[in-house]
Amino acid sequence: MTEHAMTERSEVSAAQLPDLVAARLTDGYRMALVAGHEDDERLRVVYVLVRPVDDRRVELVLGVPKGNPVIPSLAALDYATGRFERELHDLYGIVPEGHPLPARLVRHAHWPRGWYPMRRDAGAPPPFEPDVGSFPFLQVEGQGVYEIPVGPVHAGLIEPGHFRFSVVGETILRMKARLWFVHRGAEKLFEGRDIHDGIALAERISGDTAVGHATAYATAVEAALGIDVPTTDRLVRALLLELERMHNHVADLGALANDVGYGIAHTHAQRIRETLLRLNRRTTGHRLIRGGISIGGARLIELPDPDLVTALARDVAELVEISLSNSTVLDRFTGTAVLPTQAAHELGTLGYVARASGLDQDARRDHPGVDLDALDVVLEPGGDVLARYLVRAREVQVSARLVASIVHTLAGNPGSGSRTTARGAGTGLGLVEGWRGTIAHRVEIASGGRLSRVKVVDPSYFNWPALPVALAGTIVPDFPLANKSFNQSYAGNDL
Amino acid sequence: MSGSEAGVNLPALTVALSQVVVLVVLSPLVIGLMRTVRARLEGRVGGGLGQPFRDVRKLLAKEPIRAKGTSWLSVAGPLVLMASSLVVCALMPLLGTVTFDRMPDDLFVVVSVLLLGTVAVALVGLDAGTAFGGMGSSRHMTIAALVEPTVLLAVYALSIPVGSSVLSRIVAARLEDPTSVFSPVSLLALLALAIAVVAETGRLPVDNPATHLELTMVHEAMVLESSGRDLAWLELGSWLRLGALLGLLATLLAPWGVVTEVSAPGLLLAALALSVKLTVAATLLATVEVFVAKVRLFRVPELLAGSFVLAFLAVTASYLVAPG
Repeated sequence: MTEHAMTERSEVSAAQLPDLVAARLTDGYRMALVAGHEDDERLRVVYVLVRPVDDRRVELVLGVPKGNPVIPSLAALDYATGRFERELHDLYGIVPEGHPLPARLVRHAHWPRGWYPMRRDAGAPPPFEPDVGSFPFLQVEGQGVYEIPVGPVHAGLIEPGHFRFSVVGETILRMKARLWFVHRGAEKLFEGRDIHDGIALAERISGDTAVGHATAYATAVEAALGIDVPTTDRLVRALLLELERMHNHVADLGALANDVGYGIAHTHAQRIRETLLRLNRRTTGHRLIRGGISIGGARLIELPDPDLVTALARDVAELVEISLSNSTVLDRFTGTAVLPTQAAHELGTLGYVARASGLDQDARRDHPGVDLDALDVVLEPGGDVLARYLVRAREVQVSARLVASIVHTLAGNPGSGSRTTARGAGTGLGLVEGWRGTIAHRVEIASGGRLSRVKVVDPSYFNWPALPVALAGTIVPDFPLANKSFNQSYAGNDL
Repeated sequence: MSGSEAGVNLPALTVALSQVVVLVVLSPLVIGLMRTVRARLEGRVGGGLGQPFRDVRKLLAKEPIRAKGTSWLSVAGPLVLMASSLVVCALMPLLGTVTFDRMPDDLFVVVSVLLLGTVAVALVGLDAGTAFGGMGSSRHMTIAALVEPTVLLAVYALSIPVGSSVLSRIVAARLEDPTSVFSPVSLLALLALAIAVVAETGRLPVDNPATHLELTMVHEAMVLESSGRDLAWLELGSWLRLGALLGLLATLLAPWGVVTEVSAPGLLLAALALSVKLTVAATLLATVEVFVAKVRLFRVPELLAGSFVLAFLAVTASYLVAPG
């Protein structure tokens, strides 16, 4: 395996861009991220395309004059790119020309016009203005159609998001989600930090994905500075990713059963999760696995006991069997909120959402950080709640096997935890399969080891638009179940 | 609730009042017991038997906060539910079969009074004008519309052999001839009634009383906007309905202990018997709830249609086996 996957980088003009991107997309690439930048004399947009089959990565760099910040919109070529362009507009004031839906995305309507927080001269946030533009909810009209607004504050301990349902009787005609209530300016917070301080911030992008984001960030920094990471430390990172996958999957397997009133499965899932969290604390000193990863390495306090992990995976398998042998639970899961394969592909979905709709993709295999022999990519064709449940249930088993195999390979070595002293400048990309899906970080480091720009893309950014698609024809009381089966990050999406 | 021309019907009043007192004490305990049984079976500790009492005491001490634009319905609704539940408790032959002459515990009277409470809660849900409340009320009325015929039909089937739709006569007849409890008619009707009671009181698999997900709620959605004393009446009123309906079911299945003539030791014994019956019924219901999940909302009519069919069969069978 190559130490760092090679990235082709080329400067393109606005006229060339659409054709170049279109050619790559038909060639099996997907748009992994689009990032805006501000240089001294110009704005710059970087389009990163990656091809899963052979881990090829292409960066197209488009210069944008500050006086007339206009780029050609690629929304017609790729749905996700269209949303990245709206984000660029909100944060950098770069206008995508010809965009079919040029509405605000990140910044809600009460933010003043003409204020772009990622620009260098943005300054402190200005006071809010009246919400003039509001949010373009499409009014569905017709006899018996009514709207149900839900959130942004919810009854459970979950993150904020507003959902507006247009409903006839109990059947959902259309659902629109309004997010970015927890936009904290995470990308801006990275700017000017020392590369080592970025780890703590990355671990906090989405609290349940500490390892995923920290690993993606560290990988991107290491690619930028050409740092070699020892194989043992790569294995330790892979191990932590699997521990994170396990505790999150287990929690949701129980929560899905709880959402259909099968509380006993939830209680036992909580018991298993708690055991895993305590194992995490013994392994890394933190229940949600913070602090194990550093730039240049990774280190554990002690290796996890593979027998305990295997035993817990057996418990999970039994729990899944008990849950699905309840005919009501099975009935509630089956055929609920179907995301068709075609839609999943066109929206660019990632992770278990994509795999449960039959899309064969997994960054552990497609963009490997280390070779994993015990890896199986779990696929289900159904696209319904049951498919997503089954994918995650089986991924727990794969994760447990990976943990056992990695602990065996490490043979008592808890990682070197080497910490780089490199202080160069550079640009790098990190792609890591977090538990929700492929996380992408792209970092630019100025001389002196200071971060000048970090672009973060959580898989939730790609997966959120899939939820309304899957909801068409679903009934209102099944929404919480459908939403939980996607379980996307609000914080990771909103940044 | 006045008595006959001769003055106050003292025995009936005694029975009615003791039933109200006993159920006001027992119903929160039944809820506490059900929650505790469920918690223990799931490996949790739970809040304990007395938690519903503590909740109601807390709520009663709080002033209600009512949403802007709500009408007198939000004030009256909880009181109507509470009052209707108390009337149901007074009417049902749970401790004794001694009844008022002018207001007997006729099947149709009891169902009407229950429906009064049902409508009151539904109006409370609608009054604040929120989407959740309206959704809950709409679901609640849909379920009520399917439940009431089943309750009527099931008890009607039981009334045919007795020749009267007065509940206390049915219970009295069962006391005289305990074998009638286990006739096919009786068992079919009781099964239908049990399903209807589960639906009416918002238990699994029809409604999940423990959920926090507004979009899936039925009963809880209607009381989301209520607080303080209003909520206390709504909670206690619903618990009393559950207590009374479970009590009726248990009494029809095991009529022993119910007195036919009023005496202090008799009533005490009857109260004790009712506690035992409710404990068994609540434990059973809570145990079943651990093993079932909530059915999809559109499957609820199928379930209730099934219980209606059972009740219908019971009626048919009662005519077939009826002597003469």
